[in-house]
Amino acid sequence: MGGYFSDIFYGSKSLLIGMSITFREFFKPTVTVQYPYQTLKMSARFRGHIELIADEDGKPKCVACGMCQRACPSGCISLESVSVDIEVDGKVKKKKVLSKYDLDFTKCSLCGQCVENCNFGALEFSKEYNLASTRKEDFHFNLLKRLEERNA
Amino acid sequence: MSAPIQLRPDETFLLNVGPQHPATHGVLRVKMQMDGEYIVKAETVLGYVHRMHEKMGENRTYAQYLPNLSRLDYLGALGYTHGHVLAIERAAGIEVPERAEYIRAITVELNRVASHLFWFGAFVMDLGGFSPLMYAIQDREHILDMLEAVTGARLTYCYYRFGGLYNDVDDDFIEAAKRFIPRMRKSLKKYDALVSGNIIFQKRLEGIAPVSAEMCRKYGATGPVARGSGINFDVRKNEPYSVYPEFDFDVPVYHECDSLARYKVRMDEMEQSLRIIEQGLEKLPDGPIMVEKKPKTIKLPVGDYYQAVETARGSFGIRIVSDGDKNAYRLKLRSPTYSNMHLFDEACEGMLIMDALAFMGSLDLVIPEIDR
Ligand code: SF4
Ligand code: SF4
Repeated sequence: MGGYFSDIFYGSKSLLIGMSITFREFFKPTVTVQYPYQTLKMSARFRGHIELIADEDGKPKCVACGMCQRACPSGCISLESVSVDIEVDGKVKKKKVLSKYDLDFTKCSLCGQCVENCNFGALEFSKEYNLASTRKEDFHFNLLKRLEERNA
Repeated sequence: MSAPIQLRPDETFLLNVGPQHPATHGVLRVKMQMDGEYIVKAETVLGYVHRMHEKMGENRTYAQYLPNLSRLDYLGALGYTHGHVLAIERAAGIEVPERAEYIRAITVELNRVASHLFWFGAFVMDLGGFSPLMYAIQDREHILDMLEAVTGARLTYCYYRFGGLYNDVDDDFIEAAKRFIPRMRKSLKKYDALVSGNIIFQKRLEGIAPVSAEMCRKYGATGPVARGSGINFDVRKNEPYSVYPEFDFDVPVYHECDSLARYKVRMDEMEQSLRIIEQGLEKLPDGPIMVEKKPKTIKLPVGDYYQAVETARGSFGIRIVSDGDKNAYRLKLRSPTYSNMHLFDEACEGMLIMDALAFMGSLDLVIPEIDR
């Protein structure tokens, strides 16, 4: 019998303590961000999908070596290059120029191996996170086109 | 608490919990044969999110397998990636710089606290209390922000590399971690008063679902489940790896074997993790975060390698059989919740269904990690 009453006493006390905590929380400032009306700044290292980096002339830094493609665990990168003749110091030389760089973001795991394996510093992560869509095609990015659009 | 069951086959019925049920925290299905409110027999059905992670380990290079490990247990992913890189480093004989190992330990412990916090919130919500989940998530958010700032991801980290880290931590991270520790300690006190002291909570867990040490051994249960049954086993202490021997921390063990004991183990573990983080930040040496010389493609010598680590849910083991190629010949992942979950069938015989769901919460199941 004694246990019964002490339970009631202890129980009510514990409930009051609990309620005083939730009551105090009630008056604390709100920490929720009202997305999409408010947004947060992404941290510097945030990994969005990858993006090509341009050099001073606005051309991609990429030399089409294909290291990123080989390193990618999920096979999301496909790139092609054409070789063009360019004149360097009066001599005609052949040079590989990137002609296509497609990213299939549906498969990307954002592991960062492509960025890490690029010896020419030609890739970076974007800060893009608003990518929701119901169509698969929206996640196939033509990175060369995106680069041109950014330059324009 | 077992109830007297008089089985009348004509009066039992089959209850299907899951695969889509909030109490199973994922796509786990439990077939329960019920006699009224009592469970006669339960059978867990697995495999709804099987993704062939072990097979994937065999057909891609070791480096390409890195992102997979964080997809096992999405709440405490860093512990799993830690096990993987340690296994490869030991097999390939790569010496990791000390700073890198310290940062690994700090981030793993932060991740453990985040994982336990989420478990705490979800567990109390299973029992009908909603506010603690919100408070826990608010604290967890601080950890995720910190980890995002260094790793670039919030859940599925791919941060460790063979021989080091992807990138170094900055002063902001160290400051934020130092600020977080006292904040978390205050929160732990709050949780203690709000939840642990609550009489409804105690009465619902005390003496419920006893899991004997014997049963833990039988099923190979590890982590907080085993430690709540009086088994003092923690891979960080028993088979020390990384820089854990340098830290002074305790392994909380409770002997009550009930759901409340498992709860207490995890709550105490958070405090121990904070202690490790505190010491880690203090001792953090300067230096490189990546070995200087490292083979471009990692090939392991022919052999059989195993590495166990203590993750938030128990002992995670990775076994790699190498035939000298750049990918594994066979790769086996021993996931802790897989073993912990198998207790469920035996332990919940004769239990009330509400108790069984509270018991399931106390096991801290993460289904993608069971199914792999
Ligand atoms: S590794 Fe760099 S330079 Fe080579 S193809 Fe990829 S982006 Fe271009
Ligand atoms: S981040 Fe990883 S998965 Fe994504 S494209 Fe780069 S290498 Fe492939």
